Amino acid sequence: MAEGGVRQCQHCAVPPQLSLRTVNSSRSAFASFLFAPLFFQLYEAGGPPPDRELFRCKVLMKSFLGVFRSLPSLEKTVGKCLILLKPRASRLVVQLHCKYGVTKTHNLAFQECERLQAIFDTQRCTSSLCAPARVLAEAVVHFPPTLAEVTLGTGPGGKISLRNYVEDEAGEPSKTMVTELWLAKDEFETVAITPGSHITFCLKEFRGLLTFAEASNLPLTIHYDAPGRPVIFTLADAVLEVHLVLATLSDPESSLQPPTANGVSHLPTPSEDFTDDLESYMIAMETSAYEEGSGVPPSPTFPLCTPHPAESDPEEEEEEEEGAVPGTPPHKKFRSLFFGSVLTPGGPSPAPTQEVLAEDSEEES
Amino acid sequence: GEPYVLAASLDNARHLSSLLRAVHFQDHATCFATANGLRVTVEDAKCIQANAFIQAEIFQDFAVQEESVTFRINLSVLLDCLTIFGTSSLPGTSTALRMCYRGYGYPLMLFLEEGGVVTVCKINTQEPDQLLDFDFCSTKVVNKIILQSDGLREAFAELDMTSEVLQITMSPDKPYFRLSTFGNAGSAHLDYPRDSDLMETFHCNQTQTNRYKISLLKPSTKALALSCKVSIRTDAQGFLSLQYMIRNEDGQICFVEYYCCPDEDITEAEFM
Repeated sequence: MAEGGVRQCQHCAVPPQLSLRTVNSSRSAFASFLFAPLFFQLYEAGGPPPDRELFRCKVLMKSFLGVFRSLPSLEKTVGKCLILLKPRASRLVVQLHCKYGVTKTHNLAFQECERLQAIFDTQRCTSSLCAPARVLAEAVVHFPPTLAEVTLGTGPGGKISLRNYVEDEAGEPSKTMVTELWLAKDEFETVAITPGSHITFCLKEFRGLLTFAEASNLPLTIHYDAPGRPVIFTLADAVLEVHLVLATLSDPESSLQPPTANGVSHLPTPSEDFTDDLESYMIAMETSAYEEGSGVPPSPTFPLCTPHPAESDPEEEEEEEEGAVPGTPPHKKFRSLFFGSVLTPGGPSPAPTQEVLAEDSEEES
Repeated sequence: GEPYVLAASLDNARHLSSLLRAVHFQDHATCFATANGLRVTVEDAKCIQANAFIQAEIFQDFAVQEESVTFRINLSVLLDCLTIFGTSSLPGTSTALRMCYRGYGYPLMLFLEEGGVVTVCKINTQEPDQLLDFDFCSTKVVNKIILQSDGLREAFAELDMTSEVLQITMSPDKPYFRLSTFGNAGSAHLDYPRDSDLMETFHCNQTQTNRYKISLLKPSTKALALSCKVSIRTDAQGFLSLQYMIRNEDGQICFVEYYCCPDEDITEAEFM
């Protein structure tokens, strides 16, 4: 999460499990870590009601990460980490029991908050890839650290291609260096991708997740669909489930073509995209309006929220984005995960309200 | 026949420069030399005083012609001169130093030699400052803890600098020794049990909780980084003495000391 550069951490202690979620300020990246009780040596879901109830709060990412500032020294010195959520005292207590009997206690302030939920469905993605994190980490290491986006797609002979994304406007293409590498299919555990498909997404967040995936030695699964639709990275084992959802760059050419596979059978024109996309995937739910009834057990996967009604109009949708950070002007055709609209040249898109990735390329400066 | 009131030679100038760097949080320092050695004092905000003690034995040759010699000097310039051949510690290379001072109104002369190259520096001296007298004597010490510096280094490196104060609790009972900060993100406490292996000495007679401006204490991290042990003492008024024991490359022991005034009085209710 730290390397994703996100600023806010949503911390949800949900009996029977702990979930940590975050979204970046431009709402183009969402990450979720779900820990099963067995992940911990001890997991106690509060005392008597109301403490036992589902509880959500958000703490500043900076303060939370401050506790775990130096990972190498943490590994050397910390024997045990105790996390206590004290709603009555309005404190999230993180206690580190270190070598020599030293105890570090951090009492972090938090805010209660509504649910943070991105809606996505890996089942509806037409393409998926699964590889050991090491394979992907060794692939992206060839890209310069300042590179903003990479394109993942199919290469010749059924290979998987990774190349740095070059903007059309970025001067003469002949003068721009392109790094492309192909990975053989047998490097992957599974490959089920639509021929000719490709997506472009932010490398920084992906690198952050890879660091974690490599350390935890888990294979990484990438689910994606058409350009402009979110890409979902998942990691899972018996006690931990991680999702990273990133916006992808929309492709003016492909978005005008009919879609090739399942999911939305008629890809809407850009102007219609707005509401339809909200229906079909990726909206931020900072409201609790779609909270399941108490009888419904929390699902291990995320599409818990019912989609917005189809007839809701864009204005209404925007009002619900209460937590939305005022967007910077869009430089790129990134589709916001949450507005789900797309900025296509010539399209009558509601450009000024677009949220874009805050992390913009350095080459523009 | 040198008419110098102070003349000293040192095989390795780094022994001096590293100690001076440990108190280098202000541009100017007051130097005080007696036959026992050299004391370099730096103060800030009339609240904190740092002293680096370089005893005469550290020098190969140390001669003071008067009972004591005092002058003020620009410490940044002095450090720049002492490290004029670079700060890197390549094995087998060291800068030799001869330091001379003719007396009031004269510059401090440095002769630095490395690999046959000699540099002569003349640093103007200034009127000495009136120094703070913390009147901190060992008989008035209420609580005293000696810790291995390892145990405090990480704590100081990770201090929440959004907190205005560092609160130090020393007590014969739990929590024994506690460092607390109260920053934007919330509060943080660091507890050291009295039986910790880091704790060399634990003499706490009464529970004391005092606050010190974190901005004033932060410079002491420089001395902490070099030190192997640190002695933390408080007197009845809450004045704090931090003594850092520093072992140089030749195994000689020197001391750097910080005194700090407590912040305004706090009431029990504010402890949390």
